[in-house]
Amino acid sequence: MNEAATPWQRAFRVLVTVGPGGLWLVLFVLLPTLLVLLASFLSRGPYGELTGPWGFHNYAKLLRPVYLEAFAQSILVGVLATFFSALLGYPLAFYIARHPRRDLLLFLLLLPFLTNFLIRVYAWLLLLQREGPVNALLGALGLGPLALYPSFLAVLLATVYTFLPFFVLPVYASVERLDWQLLEAAYDLGARPVKAFLHAVLPQTYPGLFAGSVLVFIPAMGTFVVADLLGAGRVVLIGNLIQQQFGITRDWPFGAALSVFLMGFVLLSLYLYARLQGERGLKDLV
Amino acid sequence: MRRLLTLHAFLVYLFLYLPILVIVALSFNESRRGVRFTGFTLDWYRALFQDPRVLEYFLNTLVVAFVSTLVATLLGTLLAVGLVRYRFPGKGFLSYLLYIPVVVPDVVMGVSLLLLFAVAREVLGFPRLSLLTVILGHITFQVAFVTLVVRSRLLLLDPALEEAARDLGARGWQTFFHVTLPLAWPGVAAGAFLALTLSLDDFVVTFFTAGPGATTLPLYIYSSVKLGVSPKVHALSTLIIGLSAFFLALGYALGRRRV
Repeated sequence: MNEAATPWQRAFRVLVTVGPGGLWLVLFVLLPTLLVLLASFLSRGPYGELTGPWGFHNYAKLLRPVYLEAFAQSILVGVLATFFSALLGYPLAFYIARHPRRDLLLFLLLLPFLTNFLIRVYAWLLLLQREGPVNALLGALGLGPLALYPSFLAVLLATVYTFLPFFVLPVYASVERLDWQLLEAAYDLGARPVKAFLHAVLPQTYPGLFAGSVLVFIPAMGTFVVADLLGAGRVVLIGNLIQQQFGITRDWPFGAALSVFLMGFVLLSLYLYARLQGERGLKDLV
Repeated sequence: MRRLLTLHAFLVYLFLYLPILVIVALSFNESRRGVRFTGFTLDWYRALFQDPRVLEYFLNTLVVAFVSTLVATLLGTLLAVGLVRYRFPGKGFLSYLLYIPVVVPDVVMGVSLLLLFAVAREVLGFPRLSLLTVILGHITFQVAFVTLVVRSRLLLLDPALEEAARDLGARGWQTFFHVTLPLAWPGVAAGAFLALTLSLDDFVVTFFTAGPGATTLPLYIYSSVKLGVSPKVHALSTLIIGLSAFFLALGYALGRRRV
């Protein structure tokens, strides 16, 4: 395609293929990002409009305890959701990958995931109500009823439920590529099952584990919907703060500063992940 | 060990399906409140189908999904071809730009689009928040996903095939339509399917970019949950679950036939 083409022809082809999509990304991704950055240094006018003075005051406001606490809660939800996704998802990935009907099991894993996100969150609201089935079960066991909704626990549970497939799929891909001969070699050399697993199997699944962790951690700490519906005001994450600034509070500049902060945090997480995994890791994520 | 793994898997699948079963069961439940089953009824489905607003939201959702998927698939496929085939200034930067909608939390994406539209209204006088702004927002995250999916497919192709076409005297566009596109087709189809799913599922970006009259089903479900739910929403959710299952099963069956 290239050898016989004149420079003009080549430029034309680049323009036709890259032009429309590239222009779209510049207009709707780059420009809004720059606008958010710009707005984060401005102030809120009396009607919620953007005005001067310029400055770092929105970033200074971020350091107030109430906002730091929301930030800490976001990280906590992210870390705990990742931990429980690993607990549920890691063994499951092995089970699916070693099963003769694995495509059916993958299908069954993805099916709940393809029903609307809001419905999945809302289902937990029903399950965790005071007269709900979970409390009925706890009552039968003599443990309840407990005030499960609204609570941090409810937010965590629904977050894990929502993002679990994100963890299972990359681990599953790692398990599929596993070299089981290493495990046999470990056994031949006299290793006990646990030790054999830790040395011969676990390291081979690190890429999947890291990818799954990033894919759960970032949306879990960045979402506002789960905390909004299941925390009902008691659990406030960064996402909820951002939504409030652009909604009820109408303090767009502060909302923009929060967004820049969250974006920076996400990019930092990804940078650390890339350092752990090398360049290829980032490509694997997508 | 094997038994433990099986038990674990069984419990996780139970965890995955329990919430869905509860919603389906409640959609046939007589009682209006609470989660206790009092008797079987189809009233909520009747009420749902008699509500003209729900039909309007359903149509809005479909219009947004299909228009945005069409545009995003076209733009994304072309962009993927350009990124794989050519060198041009700004290529590396554009590749980074592609990842932004994929990695940035959707709240941030929603508010930055809201800000963009607000600034554009100040400067140019349009667009008002409407169905159009929702579609623009959806295309934005879809283009990134489609491009990445199609690009990974193109990178797997054997360059010798295109060379052979050229050696046989095919022109650039002939090579593209007769060799490149048919070979990349599974990637394009997968990208389009992903884009459609993302659009139908999206709540957050829609929430920030929708104006009056641009309510989609996810927005309707959200406001019902916030304001106290009528069991109509259970019926609607059950229908959505059924449809998703149907389409996924269809894709699964087609995928099995090919393999």
